[in-house]
Amino acid sequence: MNQNPLHTDRRTVRRRAVAVLVGLVLLGTACSSDSESDGTAAPGTTASPVDTEPAVAGSLTVYSGRSEDLVAPILERFTDETGIEVAFRAGGSGELAAQLLTEGDASPADVFFSQDAGALGAVEQAGLFAAMPDDLLSIVSPEFRSANGQWVGVSGRVRVLVVNPELVPEPPTTIDELLDAKWKGKLGFAPTNASWQSFVTALRLTRGEEGARTWLEGFKAQEPVAYEGNSAVRDAVDAGEIAIGLTNHYYVYEKIAAEGEDAVVARNQFLAAGDPGGLVNVAGIGVLESSSNKDLAFRLVEFLLGETGQTYFAETTYEYPLREGVPVAEGLPALDSLQPLKINLSDLSSIEATQELLSDVGLLTL
Amino acid sequence: MSELVPKVQLFAAAVPPGGAPTGPRRRRPPLLVALAGTAAAAVAVGPIWYLVDRALERGWDNTVDELWQRRTLDLVARSVGLAVTVTAACVLIGVAAAWLVVRSNLRGRGVLRILFALPLAIPSYLSAFAWVSWDRDLAGFWGATLVLTMVSYPFVYLPAVAAIRHLDPAQEEVARSLGRSRWSIAIGLTLRQVRSSITAGALLVALYVLSDFGAVAAMRYEVFTWVIYGAYRAGFNPTRAAVLALPLIVIALVLVTAEARARGRAESARIGSGAARRGAQVPLGRAAPLAWLMSLTVLGAAVGFPVYRVIHWVTTFESTEVDLGDVSRALGKTLTLAAFASVATVALAIPVGILAARFKSATSLAIERSTYVAHALPGIVVAISLVYIGVRVLRPIYLQTPLLVLGYVVLFLPLAVGAVRSSIEQSPVGLEEVARSLGTTSRRVTLRITAPLAIPGIAAGAALVFLSTMKELPVTLVLHPTGTETLATTLWRYTTISDYANAGPYALALVLFGAIPTALLSAALFARRDRAAPGLRRRD
Repeated sequence: MNQNPLHTDRRTVRRRAVAVLVGLVLLGTACSSDSESDGTAAPGTTASPVDTEPAVAGSLTVYSGRSEDLVAPILERFTDETGIEVAFRAGGSGELAAQLLTEGDASPADVFFSQDAGALGAVEQAGLFAAMPDDLLSIVSPEFRSANGQWVGVSGRVRVLVVNPELVPEPPTTIDELLDAKWKGKLGFAPTNASWQSFVTALRLTRGEEGARTWLEGFKAQEPVAYEGNSAVRDAVDAGEIAIGLTNHYYVYEKIAAEGEDAVVARNQFLAAGDPGGLVNVAGIGVLESSSNKDLAFRLVEFLLGETGQTYFAETTYEYPLREGVPVAEGLPALDSLQPLKINLSDLSSIEATQELLSDVGLLTL
Repeated sequence: MSELVPKVQLFAAAVPPGGAPTGPRRRRPPLLVALAGTAAAAVAVGPIWYLVDRALERGWDNTVDELWQRRTLDLVARSVGLAVTVTAACVLIGVAAAWLVVRSNLRGRGVLRILFALPLAIPSYLSAFAWVSWDRDLAGFWGATLVLTMVSYPFVYLPAVAAIRHLDPAQEEVARSLGRSRWSIAIGLTLRQVRSSITAGALLVALYVLSDFGAVAAMRYEVFTWVIYGAYRAGFNPTRAAVLALPLIVIALVLVTAEARARGRAESARIGSGAARRGAQVPLGRAAPLAWLMSLTVLGAAVGFPVYRVIHWVTTFESTEVDLGDVSRALGKTLTLAAFASVATVALAIPVGILAARFKSATSLAIERSTYVAHALPGIVVAISLVYIGVRVLRPIYLQTPLLVLGYVVLFLPLAVGAVRSSIEQSPVGLEEVARSLGTTSRRVTLRITAPLAIPGIAAGAALVFLSTMKELPVTLVLHPTGTETLATTLWRYTTISDYANAGPYALALVLFGAIPTALLSAALFARRDRAAPGLRRRD
């Protein structure tokens, strides 16, 4: 038990340790000044200005609830075509809506690109959006934009059942079939997720309060498993932990893109026409009233709703293009075969009643 | 027999060496320190002021309606239950580990010393995801307990190590001479003496558990933070989120007050005459293999398993090419921000620590406690409150690095305050008393003697803040300067689109570069005393 070697070394160890720490800090400073001095913004930032660009036509700050990796390429093309730089701030749609509501008139944001109509509705209700020009609104069919002309949908996302074919040879096609006893304990959902709550809101709007309550109580009796988000639901189905999950249609494609077709077991089951479970929600965009660059911001909206933008979303994110004439991705059913519910998407923002109902039924801890 | 210890301590506290007639409590702090301490408290309380303001926006009735429900009781029970369970587990593990590496003769304890602190480098969301993606049945209360215990026991372990090393062996020697067994001494005497350090660490753990979202989200355990995030994410309702955060503030105040009371009763400090000595190593005998087994289990669960899972993601999933330049740029930003955050936080923590340790009064206690409360708030709440303050009062630095650093200060101030305070408390008051008796002004004493005594605590506090900043996500996401990406935000970006192959390298960099300051921290902790008393080292 001679401890001498350890002891004699300690002072040196400490000195070395301090040297390493100092080195780390210097390294950190060096790295960060690197990224500033070479004229580009930090990694992955979209649409960093190209030095050879003759003139910069201005710049826009975009708060985006949509993942940077999904929208960065299309924003880069926007910059290439227009010379307008885009400063991108990513976050959750709900967190960004909270940030916008808190910032109020003082917001540095020009544009809010949300993953969900509900978040857009909340910002609209706070009176923070500028009115969208009619020629932009008219590109998109009325059910996919704000009734007050405050925001417009960019791409459509459909509620589906994600199923594990090994456990579910014949998948249900209506939400009422989910209440069959054989699915007890085998269903998964994301109770705090905005798109699940949007679906329940749509259920209320189509079946009325009592009709919605009846279905929810039946669903609750199935002892569904609660997950933190749609990705977790999908992963649980894929792993066979549950048989069927209620999510949006593109989650399965994301997983396939990341892990390869063969590695993913889970598949989508679209719901029958007319079923409220197949709600079509949108990712959409609004321009802030407080922005001093509204003209540039509208040009971004115009670009995203143009052929290039719409084709990009159809092909890259497997979402539904909302501009007429742009084809959907292969393997997806056509949009008009899916949207029988004529509900006003702006109504999805008033989800407090939905949350109270969910809480009442015991499917949500408020 | 057990009466002996408190009496000795009481004696030591009442008549400090140097024999000054007035204790340190009655002295007035220098104006500079008092002002700086007050400023620190003001910074820490800012978010709470916002929350109360926001919560009451729709009137008292709304707030009362929102909270006066059965579900509030459920949530309090769940949050408090989780905090209590995790804290108890952390105290057990942290103290046992500290005792093993400091006072036992366990072979290899030199390595274990460093390893036991390493979980500090593992973010809770990473550990939780590693576990739950391996076995989904872990989800729930026990999964959350497992993850939160494994990431936060070092907050008890580190102060326990410092305190046990600082103990004067004389008391144990007396106890042994009176016939008490080694084990009864270890539990009955050693632990009693370091109680205040342990409770200080336990407080940090409990507050952290209340605030954590990453682990409870992955483990699907519905506590206050879960519901608060839901209010933002699905409800788009910042007012409701603020209302729901109020009970967390109340719970935090209760915990902080309880801890301050426990601390007040068990005053620390070695009896200051003569050079410090180290206590004898306790032979473990046949318990040694068991001690090793338990150590490896803890380390495997806390560090080994998450790291193994990250490596597994990197190697298993089909990957696009990882740009190492991107990783190193994100690393650079992360380290820079962490360095800024630790300097700023420690600068504000020093006056608070000095006030709390040397100028005890109702005011100084209030200042110190106020810096702890925000630690119980979920990051998103602190972030949104800084948005509120930022756009109204600090517009020029809104979405700039200084405001982000301010956010880190609010979150992590207690880590540094606790470290600074305990390091001053554990050094004898005598030095200051002597200086005063020689006519030195109070301000000079504070600057020239008290502040340098705090250096070990300052270093430890800085390292803790550095590590916590590296891992921080919610505040960074909301307040980062546009275009800045850190390791944590990039990791988040890839995991939101389930791209684990690309997320892996960022997770590895986070853990690897977090491990370095952690190792330095524990090395520094053990290096300190050897310099103080090189000639008096014992061997067995």
